Amino acid sequence: MMRRLGAIGSLLAAVLVVTVLGSWAAWAADGRPDLPKPKGEQCIDTVDNMRRGHFDMLEHQRSLTLRQGIRGAKVSLKECVACHAAEGADGKPIPVNAPGQFCQSCHAYGAVSIDCFECHATTPKGADASAQR
Amino acid sequence: MIKHEYSELQPMTPSWLALVGVLGVLILAAFGAVWYMEHNGHWVTGMTNQVVWGTPHVFAVFLIVAASGALNVASIGSVFGRELYKPLGRLSGLLALALLAGGLAVLVLDLGRPDRAMVMIAHWNLRSVFSLNVVLYSGMFSLIALYLWTMMDWTMKAYYKPVAVAAFLWRLLLTTGTGSIFGFLIARDGYGSAVMAPEFIAMSFAFGLAVFNLVLLGFYAGSGRPISHALIHRLGSRLGLFVAADLYFVAMQHITSLYWGGRAAFETFILTSGGVYTLLFWVGQIVLGGLIPLWLGFCPRPMERGRVRIASALVILGGLAQMYVLIVGGQAFPLQLFPGMEVSSAFADGQFHAYTPSLPEVVLGLGGFAIALMIVVLGCSFLRFLPVSLDHHGEHITPCGCGPIHHHK
Amino acid sequence: MTCPNTNKDRRQFLAGVAATAVLAPGVVLLTAPASARAPGEPATSANRWGLLIDTTLCKSDCTACVGACVKEMGLEGHDRPRTDAQYIRKVTVSDPETGHSHTLPVMCQHCAKAACIEVCPTGASMRRADGIVLVDRHICIGCRYCMMACPYKARSFTHEEQDNQKSYLPRGKGCVEACTLCAHRIDDGREPACVEACVTEGQGAMLFGDLADPASKIAQRVAKEASSRIRADLGLEPAVRYQGI
Ligand code: HEC
Ligand code: HEC
Ligand code: HEC
Repeated sequence: MMRRLGAIGSLLAAVLVVTVLGSWAAWAADGRPDLPKPKGEQCIDTVDNMRRGHFDMLEHQRSLTLRQGIRGAKVSLKECVACHAAEGADGKPIPVNAPGQFCQSCHAYGAVSIDCFECHATTPKGADASAQR
Repeated sequence: MIKHEYSELQPMTPSWLALVGVLGVLILAAFGAVWYMEHNGHWVTGMTNQVVWGTPHVFAVFLIVAASGALNVASIGSVFGRELYKPLGRLSGLLALALLAGGLAVLVLDLGRPDRAMVMIAHWNLRSVFSLNVVLYSGMFSLIALYLWTMMDWTMKAYYKPVAVAAFLWRLLLTTGTGSIFGFLIARDGYGSAVMAPEFIAMSFAFGLAVFNLVLLGFYAGSGRPISHALIHRLGSRLGLFVAADLYFVAMQHITSLYWGGRAAFETFILTSGGVYTLLFWVGQIVLGGLIPLWLGFCPRPMERGRVRIASALVILGGLAQMYVLIVGGQAFPLQLFPGMEVSSAFADGQFHAYTPSLPEVVLGLGGFAIALMIVVLGCSFLRFLPVSLDHHGEHITPCGCGPIHHHK
Repeated sequence: MTCPNTNKDRRQFLAGVAATAVLAPGVVLLTAPASARAPGEPATSANRWGLLIDTTLCKSDCTACVGACVKEMGLEGHDRPRTDAQYIRKVTVSDPETGHSHTLPVMCQHCAKAACIEVCPTGASMRRADGIVLVDRHICIGCRYCMMACPYKARSFTHEEQDNQKSYLPRGKGCVEACTLCAHRIDDGREPACVEACVTEGQGAMLFGDLADPASKIAQRVAKEASSRIRADLGLEPAVRYQGI
């Protein structure tokens, strides 16, 4: 009886360890569930720094840009979208917050929800590609 | 000082359950309405880019104004030393707290981004009358809590008077602040007047006492506790006095406005040609909410429970009408970009703006009342807010200037 | 009073200027009221951006400025006039005594002593150092007190969800918004979209420039010619000036 319980216990423990380690590995290895490939060679900072601090960067920069009028800063949501919005088969950009896309898939994975894209354009040029900037 | 005995309301009785149940349903409905409005956006309400504050604000401002007035009963007892009112201090404080909470809840739940309400704490524009009001509201909560403590704990007796005076003064500031929300809107003909501040104080006395009367009479009837005729008479006639003050300031507001160059058009709109606003002004605010309660309060016969109830209910309805005329009517009248000229545009310049309250807005507003009452009911059920009897000393006190009191069997 | 012919002449002249500007980039440099600010530089109080609007040139049936704004800012809306956003509108003003009537564009007046900033509880309503009044929609809670306070009805509340926003103009449900004087264009050394459209499609009634720069065309004109502000009596010191009102 005790042996049976012990066996079930160690089995459960093993399952637990495997799931935790497995998801940890999945998280730590080549990143989140298949992030679409960004444009450009590299990000605005090291991948490590981006993973760890992109939200602080954005939150810090946004008032500098909006309230002080500082343009062309290293950190810019517009620019994140410009590089990280993938293109569909029809050549049209796919919104970055669409399921499976760069920002969304990672946040879904980490159970993070952001409200930025209620306002911010989710494709590089916004509404229509003829926009000037 | 006379020592009074206090006790809790008996919870879990059938009528208690019914009351709490109804209030609970109203509160749930209000949250449903909020979800609906926030999910779809405010276009599903009656509010527009022309009438930006609607029914929720009518209820919210009413409740906040009434909160300050509800505390008046405690002040009369403590600051002005009227024995008859002293035992009512605890309920008065609790009611003030609850009405303030109800009003603020409605205000916050109507925000475009209620999820960001906490932003107010991180970001602070000290020059805003709104921010000033947030300071005043928070201070009010703390002061009332302290006040209740000094009333309910004998070891705090030494602080009772100073706290009472502080709460009284703070309350006047608070209502002045609420009135200033409108008083500072210089561009709109319906607001931007110095009379707003004292007018709001007079309103608060009337609305607050009206709500207090209904709650007190309701609880005492429901729990079978006695109230002296003297007290009932006093509460009823004092209501008449406050209504008179409110009417006076309303008259002041409109008369100064009439003589204020350029505002005659607005006055014509509200007083004669404004449709629903004119109707609400004369019938709702002046006759039902003003003249009738005034007559009920001052007619020579002593007040009965029924008459106090009717007068109080009318003051509340009239008060809501007054808020509606002030808040919605003030916006329905177009902004004057070019005084003296006729203007028009594709964005509704120069025309009277339509506004029809939507159901979710009304439900949210009623929810504010429900939240306030729920707090009072629960408070009275679990703490000792209500005197066991309001009768044993009443017999010895003759209300001043009101003639002898006839006690009925 | 202006005679239609002068208007037409002027219009052709201005169209000509615009055409030259397109053909010869050098002309743009000479007439451009602003130059792009260097990346990383904040806006400064050395500038005070403003508009001078000659209402005698504004034709009543012309809505070029409004159309350009809607297009630039992505304000197509939901076809609900009472709740859709507007940043600029054409107002018709008639004198009931004389019957004379004229039109003018009205937008955020970018007041130096703006009522909206004064009343905003969170400081979301703010003025940039160069005088542009904006809503910081990252901290706007949607209380609409600024809309109550604004004498010009310049602001709109975003009454419903938006999509297809422009990348340079994020906007979404629950916040207040208004004309930004095209801050994104100004920072880039360009004119506001309405002004540009007024020159190319309209009568050239609108002039954009730096009121703080004595050498600028707008500063020179307001120094020499009579101009006024809407509701100047309120003392809010708008940066938008009008002629002929
Ligand atoms: C209610 C609308 C709204 C929401 C929600 C919002 N923003 Fe913005 N944001 C704006 C506006 C308006 C601007 C000003 C755009 C300009 O002038 O270029 C802006 C500008 C910015 C900028 C500077 C311009 C750029 O593209 O780099 C950053 C960074 C930014 N926002 C980040 C964020 C982040 C991060 C979030 C979510 C946490 C967010 N915003 C949510 C409206 C919004
Ligand atoms: C110039 C184009 C460009 C811009 C602008 C850009 N990125 Fe990147 N980003 C990349 C590239 C390329 C990578 C992949 C780098 C690598 O794998 O070495 C990347 C990687 C990342 C990663 C790590 C993904 C992972 O594999 O875990 C994050 C997070 C990220 N970016 C967020 C942002 C954010 C947030 C912004 C805006 C502030 C931004 N990026 C702006 C190109 C860009
Ligand atoms: C590598 C995975 C990953 C990618 C890719 C990623 N994020 Fe994040 N993001 C996170 C995590 C994890 C958090 C939560 C951080 C925390 O709260 O500590 C977060 C948080 C944020 C926040 C702050 C949310 C809040 O409310 O605090 C913003 C804003 C944000 N991300 C923007 C973006 C944008 C924009 C992109 C696409 C350009 C992006 N992120 C791509 C992992 C990612």
